[in-house]
Amino acid sequence: MAATVTTESTEMFDKKAWMGGVEPMRVSYGKLMMWFFLISDTFTFSALLVTYGLIRFSFPAYDPAIHGVFQFSHVYWPIPEQVYSSLPFLHGVNAPLIFVGIMTFVLIFSSVTMVLAVEAGHRMDQPTVEKYMLWTILGGFTFLGCQAWEWTHFIHGTDQGTVVKEIVGGEWVQRTIFGANLTENQYGPPAFADLFFFITGFHGTHVFSGVILNILIFYRTATGLYARRGHYEMVEKVGLYWHFVDLVWVFVFTFFYLV
Amino acid sequence: MAEHNHHHEHGVHEIAPPQTKAIWRTFYILAAITGLEFLIAFTLHAGPLKTAIFVGLTIVKAIYIVGEFMHLKHEVKSLIWSILLPCMFVVWLLVALMIEGGSIFLSR
Repeated sequence: MAATVTTESTEMFDKKAWMGGVEPMRVSYGKLMMWFFLISDTFTFSALLVTYGLIRFSFPAYDPAIHGVFQFSHVYWPIPEQVYSSLPFLHGVNAPLIFVGIMTFVLIFSSVTMVLAVEAGHRMDQPTVEKYMLWTILGGFTFLGCQAWEWTHFIHGTDQGTVVKEIVGGEWVQRTIFGANLTENQYGPPAFADLFFFITGFHGTHVFSGVILNILIFYRTATGLYARRGHYEMVEKVGLYWHFVDLVWVFVFTFFYLV
Repeated sequence: MAEHNHHHEHGVHEIAPPQTKAIWRTFYILAAITGLEFLIAFTLHAGPLKTAIFVGLTIVKAIYIVGEFMHLKHEVKSLIWSILLPCMFVVWLLVALMIEGGSIFLSR
């Protein structure tokens, strides 16, 4: 077909040009722009994680041979699994990294339901797109709820708190710190809490805006806009963003919670 | 073709059967790697080896998410490279500034 039909437009425009419905890199304009946005967002997140790496390496690491049994201290960078070791409804139970593991699975699973929605969109299967968009939105809200709980726990701190000594007016004063904010931190150096708030907060903001976009996409699917339009490309574009949010979490999980 | 008298609710087109095999396969791989990361987190002692394993597994996960879920593996080569190359330079920055952090620690 293509070999026999020669329209005027194919002669007028260079194949690699943006005009005339040609797609450079064989993706649509919208998808390519989404990729450009994501690469710029990658730089922003990279900047935050690089900052984490720099600041962490400028503090002493915890060494059992020098510091003895691990306890929260301003002297060294804390071990993440000692900081994030609580579960909701299970007060006092030591469960290192379990909650953040659940959050990771929630986000990966919502990524799967998103890609299932995209797949259903390719087949113009509107009810299935709606179903999986709803699951994705639910996953997003679950993750945000988990993060809200984790922040609350991090801010309020443990039952015992951490005793710190500092010089006030030329004398050593002892006091107990509970939890963390941007200037004080019971778990370790204040910079640790600052980075926690900035990195997980920036990621959480992305999840939140992703959920808003997902709701918009669900609404437009349910009202049949994409069926009338003849394609579900918007689901793909928002899907790219949603997977990116999941991807960022994979890196945050490793560099903030595991290493 | 034979089932054209079967009318869907919207009646415009036939809905093709879902092809979700590759999606679930990717999910199982991602779940297995995350599980493995947990296993390593509680069994291995902290050190360069543990960090290297975690970073390696993270990159494998990233490849599956970007390659399969974000479909980059199936795009044209110029798009793949225009995404990958800038990210590689970020790794350079990361390593350089971690070394910088180490020397800040030594000079404190």
